[in-house]
Amino acid sequence: MSDEEIGISRSRVLDAEGKIVGAMPEFARDPDELLRLYRALVLTRTFDTKAIALQRTGRLGTYASSLGQEAVSVGAASAMRPSDVLLPSFREHGAQLWRGVTLKELFLYWGGDERGNDFGGPREDFPNCVPVGSHAPHAVGVALAFRLRGEKRAAVCIFGDGATSKGDVAEALNMAGVWKVPVVFVINNNAWAISVPREKQSAAPTLAQKAGAAGIPGAQVDGNDPIVVRAVIEQALARARQGLGPTLIEAVTYRLCDHTTSDDASRYRDDAEVSRHWAAEPVARLRSFLTSSGHWDKVKEDALLHECSNAVERAAEEYLATPPQPLSSNFDYVYATAPVELIEQREAATLLAGGSR
Amino acid sequence: MTELSLVQAVNAALKRAMDEDSRVLVLGEDVGINGGVFRATEGLFGRYGEQRVIDTPVAEASIAGVSIGLAAQGFRPVAEIQFTGFAYACIDQIINHASRLRSRTRGRLTCPMVLRAPAGGGIRAVEHHSESPEAMFAHIPGITLVMPSSPARAYGLLLSAIRDPDPVIFLEPTRLYRATREDVSDDGAGLPLARCLTLRPGRDLTLVAWGAMMREALEAADQLAADNIEVEVIDVATLKPLDGATILASVARTGRLVIVQEAPMTCGFGAEIAARVGSGAITSLLAPIERVTGYDTMMPYLRTEAFYMPNVSRILAAAHRTMTYA
Repeated sequence: MSDEEIGISRSRVLDAEGKIVGAMPEFARDPDELLRLYRALVLTRTFDTKAIALQRTGRLGTYASSLGQEAVSVGAASAMRPSDVLLPSFREHGAQLWRGVTLKELFLYWGGDERGNDFGGPREDFPNCVPVGSHAPHAVGVALAFRLRGEKRAAVCIFGDGATSKGDVAEALNMAGVWKVPVVFVINNNAWAISVPREKQSAAPTLAQKAGAAGIPGAQVDGNDPIVVRAVIEQALARARQGLGPTLIEAVTYRLCDHTTSDDASRYRDDAEVSRHWAAEPVARLRSFLTSSGHWDKVKEDALLHECSNAVERAAEEYLATPPQPLSSNFDYVYATAPVELIEQREAATLLAGGSR
Repeated sequence: MTELSLVQAVNAALKRAMDEDSRVLVLGEDVGINGGVFRATEGLFGRYGEQRVIDTPVAEASIAGVSIGLAAQGFRPVAEIQFTGFAYACIDQIINHASRLRSRTRGRLTCPMVLRAPAGGGIRAVEHHSESPEAMFAHIPGITLVMPSSPARAYGLLLSAIRDPDPVIFLEPTRLYRATREDVSDDGAGLPLARCLTLRPGRDLTLVAWGAMMREALEAADQLAADNIEVEVIDVATLKPLDGATILASVARTGRLVIVQEAPMTCGFGAEIAARVGSGAITSLLAPIERVTGYDTMMPYLRTEAFYMPNVSRILAAAHRTMTYA
């Protein structure tokens, strides 16, 4: 079955070489806006590189890289308004950074500190969802809350291709469709769910067509083209805000990295396949476009890399200089008010730990 | 004062909570125009409309999941799971999300939701409708678990559950839904959570139970009184957090403990109570702790479920073993 037969075609604005092959959306006519997107992609990748380096040297926990998938993350978040709510899976660092989660908070989270989820910026955004796809129903609840209060806000829920096999996602798409709530589901289809390739997740030719069974629109976009990702999600969000209900968007990208720092992808996939996909990766693509359209050059590139590197290094230092939470904090947030048994356990644990923590 | 059955008391508490707080929503399967399969939400749809009384698709995991999203946004969802056996589909959402949203965001996001479900057997129901899953929920940090045992207690405890700032699992004993009526004052007064209720004082033996088993426990206490055995009957009411102090203080006085639980024996909630007494009041014990429980079998179909259910004679036998232990 071809894409045309099922009514879903993969849209793009820039091709792999950064040449315009589709209609430029309104926002992309402003070079400053494209430069913002480019900066966010580069910052995300710089963070990623540092996070892996810290993990490899024992200074960060297991880390899920977003290498190659930055355009999905940044594209989605850049389509949102600050008052919208993001419900990410665990690979959307770019989206979180765009939304105002700080580099230090990301380091704290991946370094094993719950305070990394106490975002100073987007206070209503959800923390990462690790049990795959189980946050999709939360997004329906958040969106229902917006509709019940009559607010012009929307929820954006991002999950991977593997998550589309989960019942939670099927239930959430279905419920969102019935209730016509303002939510946009974004599939970061990076072709691999750890070692299991996309074609072993579903016999459906596209994941976007799963929208059809829920009675909602679905679209597939080139997930390495940040312009089209943002444009299509902006349209879906506008629709949501008009009360027209949810949309499912499949952004097709590729996981250029291992699943996490605990994974070794060479066990199950060819280097040659990975190399082929490097030719389509998003950062070089947008850079090519910006360069060919006269908005970018080597001097600017060097300055940006320097700026991002400084920001990431500074945040890493702040993270590393942050002492762990006191042991008592593990007991203090289980309930609003700690019950007697927890107070007793806290006292015993604190005593064991030497009183100070 | 009005005489209400337990399910009517649940209904009255829901109405009271929805009247006093516009953030309270009810959602679940058939909770709307049908008023719930047990009629716990009867009349709510007409009174509050489809914005606040929401019929969901048949998707239990998402009933819990959607409630989490609503709660994080400041609503107070009260979700109904139609039958106990279907509540298991929610456990992933309860364990991985509802219970820990506060902790993992260090208080930034919270989850003030209630998940109501009928629980327990003895109602001649079809399979998967009669289980007692309380121990599975009681094992989850961050969860408050309540099982009421009478109309008035259901009313007060449900109001407190809905007003609680954290997720509450509220398991209603199906067998008691219409078994008795009791004066319930619809005055909006909540009963404190995390507090055991001493239903009957006694000096010889402590009898601890919860949910539907309170009926058999009280009946056994009556019969034992005829033999001059004064039984202190404690309704645990809130299983988690457990008010261990009330139980320990009682056992310190009586020296004897019988625990009644409808659920299977192994790793049941009675084991937790026994362990607390074992470490907190062992020097007071005059006899081994007795547990009267369901068996470690599947909940039987209706023709043999009576053989499974703990009953008054099993409780009496355990009480007498305890009293005559030398």
